[in-house]
Amino acid sequence: MASFSTNEFKNGLKIMIDGDPYNIVENELVKPGKGQAFNRVKVRNLKTGKVVDKTYKSGEKVEAADVMDTEMDYLYTDGEFWNFMDPNTFEQVGASESAVADSKQWLKEQDSCIVTLWNGEPISVLPPNHVVLEVTQTDPGIRGDTAQGATKPATVETGATVQVPLFVDNGDLLKIDTRTGKYISRAKED
Amino acid sequence: MFTSDSWQPSASIEALRHRARILQGIRAFFDERGVLEVNTPSLSRAATTDVHLDSYRVETDSGPRYLHTSPELPMKRLLAAGVGDCYQLCAVFRPSEQGRYHNPEFTLLEWYRTAYSIDDLIVETAALIRALLPLAPADNSALPADLPLVSVRYSDAFKARLGLCPLAATEHELQTLLHDNGLWSKEQGILPKDSALDLLFSQAVSRHFPERQLTAVTHYPASQAALAQLTPDDPATAQRSELYWGQVELANGFKELTDADEQRARFEADNRERKAKGLIEQPMDECFLQALKQGGMPDCSGIALGVDRLMMKLLDADQIQAVMAFDASRA
Repeated sequence: MASFSTNEFKNGLKIMIDGDPYNIVENELVKPGKGQAFNRVKVRNLKTGKVVDKTYKSGEKVEAADVMDTEMDYLYTDGEFWNFMDPNTFEQVGASESAVADSKQWLKEQDSCIVTLWNGEPISVLPPNHVVLEVTQTDPGIRGDTAQGATKPATVETGATVQVPLFVDNGDLLKIDTRTGKYISRAKED
Repeated sequence: MFTSDSWQPSASIEALRHRARILQGIRAFFDERGVLEVNTPSLSRAATTDVHLDSYRVETDSGPRYLHTSPELPMKRLLAAGVGDCYQLCAVFRPSEQGRYHNPEFTLLEWYRTAYSIDDLIVETAALIRALLPLAPADNSALPADLPLVSVRYSDAFKARLGLCPLAATEHELQTLLHDNGLWSKEQGILPKDSALDLLFSQAVSRHFPERQLTAVTHYPASQAALAQLTPDDPATAQRSELYWGQVELANGFKELTDADEQRARFEADNRERKAKGLIEQPMDECFLQALKQGGMPDCSGIALGVDRLMMKLLDADQIQAVMAFDASRA
């Protein structure tokens, strides 16, 4: 089994803790002038996204996590699994609801996502930073009202709800930032 | 790993100019006080036996040599030979110490004062730092106009934060404290007492030292005496002090041990502990032990100060790399 010494710790390194894969997001060497050295790390659980603090004695070995980020196209969902395909190998994987988590509200067919595979199984999905989605339900648009600040909710084709300016209408295409869940602009028809 | 900008310095040229000025300031400070600058070898037949310090081993035509982790022992040989008050500014080497406050090769300022108590020496260290404040960049808004020195006993600082006397605490009590502070889980096994103290002190005690203040931590537990004399009227503690600027550990000083037999016994105890931990036993510095026995070291105190960390504070740098020409990744 591959392992890392704490001396190799750096941001982005994937390690195993209590049976779960984690990503190192911060690593600090704590070494008194005289005395035991430790590595204090902040790690993100790749399954739950939760960030926790952890301490290792320096020089300790920690098991590596077999984790890979792969670019894949979103295909469809059958309600139980969200299916993705590697555009190079055409290999398909099904991600469970807990793996797609909050990302599922931004998944549009054919969009390219980052799927994190652990031992070949998808554990998390990152949608593109920007997606273009069609409005399926919103109160009628008020043409010409471009007043700054005033917003109303709009539901888009994937089921997500975003706050949009008053002039947005049903059928409009919206560009949305998936990291913040915020409306950026109206998008032109392809 | 080399990238296209690996040739570039890790510090700005401006930072290097300040660094040079501060180094001059250090030399001027000691020159004014009649402390002699000395240079001792970086490569030695002996290595430190300190359980928590590794040494780089270098193969030479005359056999293995070790890069010094501090110039302490040869400087003490000079003291035994009668050199008197002396200081040294030099590069020292500590393998695998790398991070925001660590680089495997760094600059140490070490000096010895005969007939000084450890408290006298801490006062002088504070005076040195204050003398360097005017040499810091004018735009460092984090820099205080004055820098008060506050002394606190190790056990008092520990007790005030964690409610437990570190000298009397049992391994089990420390384990509970570590757990309650989210520093160590029970599944990770029991940490030996001194390691537990190190982790608690660095993460839960010194983290709370006031920013614009020099804090001297005095009377370390006897189990962490290193090369310090024990306190005569309180042998559970040692005459060892550490100086912090804000939360950054800058310097470590001792009322120096001068007893040759006691010194040998501590080296041997280190090597026994190394063996028990599966570490290599290190060749003891026999010349140093000889110097204590034959020459006799004068009553003195000594202190070592991390110059790069001092630069970080003076230049308000966030990373040690920002105050050195080329950090380890560019060396």
